[in-house]
Amino acid sequence: MLEITGLTHSYGPAGRARPALRDISLAVAGGELVSIVGPSGCGKSTLLRCVAGLIRPAAGTITLGGSPVERVPDGLAVVFQDYSRSLLPWLTVADNVALPLRRKRGSAPAAAGEADRTAGPARAGRRARREAARAALATVGLTSEGGRYPWQLSGGMQQRVAIARALACDPVLLLMDEPFGSVDAQTREDLEDLVLTVRGQRDITILLVTHDIDESVYVGDRVVVLTPGPGQVRADLRVSLPSPREQITTRQLPAFVQLRAEVGRLVRERETETGAHSERGAAGPVPGTEATAANTGTGQG
Amino acid sequence: MTTDSPAADSPATGVHAAASPRESTRSRLAGRVLRGAAGVAGFLALAELLGRTRVISPAVLPLASTVLARTGGLATSPHFLADLGSTLAAWALGLVIATAVAVPAGVVLGSLPGVRAATRAIVEFLRPIPSVALIVLVGLILGPGLRMNVTLIVYAAVWPVLFNTIYGLDDTDPVARETLRAFGFGRLAVIRFAALPSAAPFIATGIRLASSIAIILNISTGYLAGRVSGNGLGAFIAEANTGAGNTALVLAAAIWAGVLGLVLNGLLLAAQRRLLPWHHEFTAEAA
Repeated sequence: MLEITGLTHSYGPAGRARPALRDISLAVAGGELVSIVGPSGCGKSTLLRCVAGLIRPAAGTITLGGSPVERVPDGLAVVFQDYSRSLLPWLTVADNVALPLRRKRGSAPAAAGEADRTAGPARAGRRARREAARAALATVGLTSEGGRYPWQLSGGMQQRVAIARALACDPVLLLMDEPFGSVDAQTREDLEDLVLTVRGQRDITILLVTHDIDESVYVGDRVVVLTPGPGQVRADLRVSLPSPREQITTRQLPAFVQLRAEVGRLVRERETETGAHSERGAAGPVPGTEATAANTGTGQG
Repeated sequence: MTTDSPAADSPATGVHAAASPRESTRSRLAGRVLRGAAGVAGFLALAELLGRTRVISPAVLPLASTVLARTGGLATSPHFLADLGSTLAAWALGLVIATAVAVPAGVVLGSLPGVRAATRAIVEFLRPIPSVALIVLVGLILGPGLRMNVTLIVYAAVWPVLFNTIYGLDDTDPVARETLRAFGFGRLAVIRFAALPSAAPFIATGIRLASSIAIILNISTGYLAGRVSGNGLGAFIAEANTGAGNTALVLAAAIWAGVLGLVLNGLLLAAQRRLLPWHHEFTAEAA
């Protein structure tokens, strides 16, 4: 589904460039939810921006569904951390959610084959857009807030709107850049569960960048740990926790505690340990990924 | 927030929710108007007193009551109303054309740094030329009348709208831009959906600045170009000035010009609040 090979990027002018990512290789299977954790400044967001086609990497290749990512690919949606700036204040909640559907060449539904995606349908009509926005808002539990403006809602609700907007265009790949970094703990847990629910209902692949170790384990099928910048893959751990996950009981499981400690240790480690690559999960045999049928395991893990 | 009727399923919910700050704004506005009126009344009373007590001779400065009477009288003078109409026509036409020119130009200059750099020298040369200095030149080329008035207003009014458009585009939140790009929108769509709405409050401010410039310029033009049909309030003042002892009439026309500026600015502000509610509410909410 998504393959990243030898991805390297740096910022700034040649000569005095500040490296951000070094030789990242990662394969994500369809339907997987991969958490990416690492200390701040490790290039997590850069990685996501490269996948989104917003940045052209200095070296390496990214392919999505077999075709190389050279610009913003179809069937992709991004949820940014800063929802209050990402949502447009002059549009109502419903219009914000419908916004991605106003693009001239809309993406094909996720279920359609890759070939259909390049020749996507024409721009959705006004009624179809409104209907899609309503459905997306229902998914995140904000059916009645469509007529309000984003800045009239609480932070958690705003981020729900941003998630609804990302889902409205029915993406095959959802990128989330520290999506719950600006909300309180309770809201954060609700939003984590919302993402898991959405993932269970749709055929969608999610890449979630976070600096929260607990969160990376709780939501992920896999946790990819990056080294301090320039980011390299330090470890790629499979999370084998039962599904559905539950905020209290899942976090009590010995497997969760153990894996969380493992990830925490890997994130904290200062020296670059090249041998740590592709470590297996600490919690026993790898069960099939929950709630998705199409996990064909193209990953190296 | 207000505890209004639970008409939760109507799309008007948001409007209801926003009603409370708007109402308080309204009452604050009413208070401001009241205090402003009291100030004006006090000033007029003082002027009347100074005249009546001969501290300032009414021969030099007419009594406030005389001036006010003339001001009221002008409302029924067809001669004056025609000039007022000319000023309004030149103002409206000039402002519309200036906006229609300046906003697209601002979008081009604001989103294409290359073009902006290439045109900087021309813009910096043209901008400081006072439009008043061009009155004679434009008058010679176009002859007096509406065409000349509109041309001069357009020249003067383009700058504030142009620069505010550019600044407004520069001010667009990079996260909003990136969001749209991440949804696959192209350059033009990013301008349409993010940059232009974000710049709209700046543009509106530019138009209000341009509006007062337009009135000042129109009166200067009329005053210099003189009594020709279509030269507006300035021409009326110039003509009133020629008659001896017509100070009251000149002052009355000046009061009309001031009130006109005030009313037009108020109308534009009201239109801005209505068309761009998020800016007002957003900043009120964030505070």
